Amino acid sequence: MTTQSLGSSISEGFSRFSYAISNLVVSILDFIFGTLQRLVGIKGMPYIFVLPNLLVFGIFILFPMLLNFVYAFTGGSQFFLDQRPWVGTANFEQLLTCDNFLDPNTCYQDRFWRSIFGTMAYVLGQVAWMVVISIITALILNRSIRARGFFRSVFFYPVLLSPIVVALIWKWILQENGLLNGIIVSLGYEKLPFLVDAQWARFWVIGISVWAFMGFYTLILLAGLQSIPADLYEAASIDGANEWNSFWSITLPLLMPTMIVVLVLSLIRAVQVFDIVFAFTGGGPGTATLYIVQYIYENGFASPNKLYGIAAGASLLMAGTLVVLTLVQLRLRREEV
Amino acid sequence: MSTITSFLTRTRGTKKLHFTDIITYFYLFLGTVLMFGPVIWLVLSSFKTQAEIVTFPPRLLPYRQETVVVEGYEDPLPLFEVTLEDGSTAELAQVRRIGLESQLIDPANPDEIIKVPIDQREPIEKVVFSLDNYIEGVESFNFARYLRNSVIVTIFATLLTLLINSMAAFALAKYHFKGREAIFFIMLSTLMVPLSVILVPVFLVITTINWNNNLLGVIVPAAATPTGLFLLRQYMLTIPDELLDAARMDGASEWRIYSQIILPLSKPALAVLTIFSVMWRWNDFLWPLIVLSRSEFFTLQVGLNSFQGELNVQWNLILAMTVLTLLPITFVFALLQRNITTGIATTGMK
Repeated sequence: MTTQSLGSSISEGFSRFSYAISNLVVSILDFIFGTLQRLVGIKGMPYIFVLPNLLVFGIFILFPMLLNFVYAFTGGSQFFLDQRPWVGTANFEQLLTCDNFLDPNTCYQDRFWRSIFGTMAYVLGQVAWMVVISIITALILNRSIRARGFFRSVFFYPVLLSPIVVALIWKWILQENGLLNGIIVSLGYEKLPFLVDAQWARFWVIGISVWAFMGFYTLILLAGLQSIPADLYEAASIDGANEWNSFWSITLPLLMPTMIVVLVLSLIRAVQVFDIVFAFTGGGPGTATLYIVQYIYENGFASPNKLYGIAAGASLLMAGTLVVLTLVQLRLRREEV
Repeated sequence: MSTITSFLTRTRGTKKLHFTDIITYFYLFLGTVLMFGPVIWLVLSSFKTQAEIVTFPPRLLPYRQETVVVEGYEDPLPLFEVTLEDGSTAELAQVRRIGLESQLIDPANPDEIIKVPIDQREPIEKVVFSLDNYIEGVESFNFARYLRNSVIVTIFATLLTLLINSMAAFALAKYHFKGREAIFFIMLSTLMVPLSVILVPVFLVITTINWNNNLLGVIVPAAATPTGLFLLRQYMLTIPDELLDAARMDGASEWRIYSQIILPLSKPALAVLTIFSVMWRWNDFLWPLIVLSRSEFFTLQVGLNSFQGELNVQWNLILAMTVLTLLPITFVFALLQRNITTGIATTGMK
């Protein structure tokens, strides 16, 4: 049996199994919801249907979002809200107090500003590399090549790995006596301090995130490329355009909407980077790879004196940034459409 | 050989291999090495002994010194290739080493002890894929416990995600009711705010209802995912209303319409959400890290991270455990890669 047919038969078996389970659950629910419909009538049913989702959403997302403001405007190291004194905008003032905004050393919360500058450098580097490499890969996969499905999967495989696994794999390769230094030494050069030197650590944090996520953006771009109608290229070649002309006047403009999606998606995700870096460098060496979510995590959960107000204030500032980024995306999309 | 060449050169319908094709295949080859190489290196390294793992430069395959059991000695003795004083070589077993001198015996003639400087001997090695690291790792790492927790979280969170999101998506797609636009707008606007932004207050909610160090605290909070809700709703919009009306005429209850008509017809969208949910939950780290502080509740990802943070990191064990952690996802990927890649390409989400 080939892997393909084995794969489809296993996945079919799995889906049949899960279907049987869901059938059982459904018949129990059948009774409950039948009774409910008799109570509230057809008009009331949509509310019943959205209720479970709304409950979970309200309790664990919407309500905490409001609580975040309370935390941000109260101080002290107490966790429960009734023990936290109101401090107004003191947390924000602390976060935003700097003699010179370009030099984190002059800031009251220097780690906050270090993490902001670190995140900005990471986001710029990571997004630029990610977009360029994904586009090149998507263009190559879009050519008429053999085994396209296989190569598409090759680039996608790391996307599925957990950030912790990715970090450990690369830590193992980049450590002082690791594979890469082994190759470098066997070529006759000196070992390089990949994880100890701040610049190298920043470089590799970007490198491994691109390695881990590029397959995802490549897939989206590939789908965009394949949705460009083939007759456009035919018409262009009849009119005497060469491949280079068609690339500039057909592929690039028609791929623009997809590229904007990729750009903004990777931007939003880069701002939120945490687990892969946390397991890879832990923010170090020093604060070289300390990024904003780790700063929030440390203040709220990991440091001995917990500054919940500072953590909440910082996360509000970050949420504001993300909202702006998303609105820009929606705006750009609308213009494109 | 000629078939391979003709297979490789049969491209683009033209007779000759264009130079851009060569670049293309070179890029793809390089990409394959870069994408799979690190994982293969991890797997190969995970079979190495603790001593071999720290040798530099590292070797590709896991080697192990050959040993021999000799009468009169309890433990198996390591074998060496020894250059003797007369220039000949022999395979000898080392009994003990004193400073720079090694005492060896011939396994065939165990009574006579031969003394040789240690630089005159080379260990005899063979490639062994030994499971020692895996066995020791599973014992010292509490792998079974973490695996159990991860499986529970993944399965129940995925079932809950599918259920509540498909119900809500059905209501939002197929009914006109007061407040629909408001619900829609609120959910849409939170799409851009990730869970990591509201860490502290969600933790307060979890603590208040006593769900920390409880797998429920990991399963429930992220179950109402706006991304999944919109994916399902968009799909359900394409199901014709006439179908629902016909079922109502036949006396079907609204729940029956949902479970017997909408759900089966939404299978493709549900499949995509299932794959995503499994992937999200299996790989989730930040949230379990916060909710679970006692090690018996750790998921695999949290356990693996705390394992690597311990003092005296034993890389050979960590590598073996990392391989075990990535195995299930790799297996699922190998089986379902086509569904996964097309699913993501069409929905554009992760």
